[in-house]
Amino acid sequence: MNLWKEFTKGFIKENPVFIMALGLCPTLAVTSSVENAIGMGLAATFVLTCSNIIISLVKDLIPSKIRIPCFIVVIASFVTIVDLVMNAYTPEIHKSLGLFIPLIVVNCIILGRAEAFASKNKVLPSILDGLGMGLGFTLALVVIGSIREVLGAGQWLGMNVMPMAYIKSPMLVAILAPGAFIIMGLLMGLIKLVNKGK
Amino acid sequence: MSFITQIFTLAVFAIFVNNFVLSKFLGLCPYIGVSKKIDSAVGMGMAVIFVMTMASTFTWLIQEYLLVPNHLEYLQTIAFILTIASLVQLVEMVIQKTAPSLYKALGVFLPLITTNCAVLGVSILNIQENYNFLGAILNGLFSGLGFTLVLVLMAGLRERLEKSEVPEAMKGMPIAFVIAGCMALAFLGFSGLNF
Repeated sequence: MNLWKEFTKGFIKENPVFIMALGLCPTLAVTSSVENAIGMGLAATFVLTCSNIIISLVKDLIPSKIRIPCFIVVIASFVTIVDLVMNAYTPEIHKSLGLFIPLIVVNCIILGRAEAFASKNKVLPSILDGLGMGLGFTLALVVIGSIREVLGAGQWLGMNVMPMAYIKSPMLVAILAPGAFIIMGLLMGLIKLVNKGK
Repeated sequence: MSFITQIFTLAVFAIFVNNFVLSKFLGLCPYIGVSKKIDSAVGMGMAVIFVMTMASTFTWLIQEYLLVPNHLEYLQTIAFILTIASLVQLVEMVIQKTAPSLYKALGVFLPLITTNCAVLGVSILNIQENYNFLGAILNGLFSGLGFTLVLVLMAGLRERLEKSEVPEAMKGMPIAFVIAGCMALAFLGFSGLNF
């Protein structure tokens, strides 16, 4: 089941965030709540899958010297589509993600998969690779977002999950910038520890 | 407010209060990736200051004189990233021809900068915040300085860290993130500044 492997490798084994440490900027910036994390993850998954499709279709037409600018134009076009669609249908998430929607263009995961996978493989594996990596990215965002929202606000997806006394004075640092760095560091250490123990 | 005070305020806010790395999470990849040695951190910082200032200048001009008059604002993302990519290429060629010694110092970092989100970030922020031409250039310059400051500080910390005893699992990237968190905590103190 080779195709199935292409799809699932992005979840744990080659998780773009935790294992390969790609796309760190959006990972830390948008995970102050689970809702934002899901929005960002799905937007990036869409761009990743679509750009993988187009790039694997036109890979033989592009001279290898100018392939990077070509990839960037393809990616930027899909980012513009996502930007406009989100502005129209989910204006609140669009507003809170703000700057980081246009910045999907420079997310290293997307250019990385285009260069490392889509430019060498056929369409179907590229679609599965894009979907898998995108969902792995979403998974990582949701994990970090959950920890930060529960610790920092006592809520999960807007629902109260901690006792009232905690919600009134939560560990605010977790949703501020320093908490993002520290939680990310501890999570990466934990994953390294688990992988070593195997 | 006099002109000098305005520039000073802009500088303090761009370098300390709204530091690109520690409060806006822009440019994390080079911040974690190129901060193992002070030498390379300084080189990367210089290259980023240079490219961010140039990119702010050109993208502001493109927005004002090309996109807005033709009602093409929705092409902003594509236009800006292409501008930055070609700018980096151009800068690389010019430096290689005119200042080979500078090219040797910056050379390896220049191609990396295209995908540094701080450069695209500052270009888009300049437009969003409605800076005028001079403001956009200065914002690019000061944001680049702020980036370099934390990059070099981080490199200094990590050089020391090499010699200290860190738990096996936390070595390398995990401990770098925790340290970055402590730095962000320190920089959070600047947000109390008022002018």
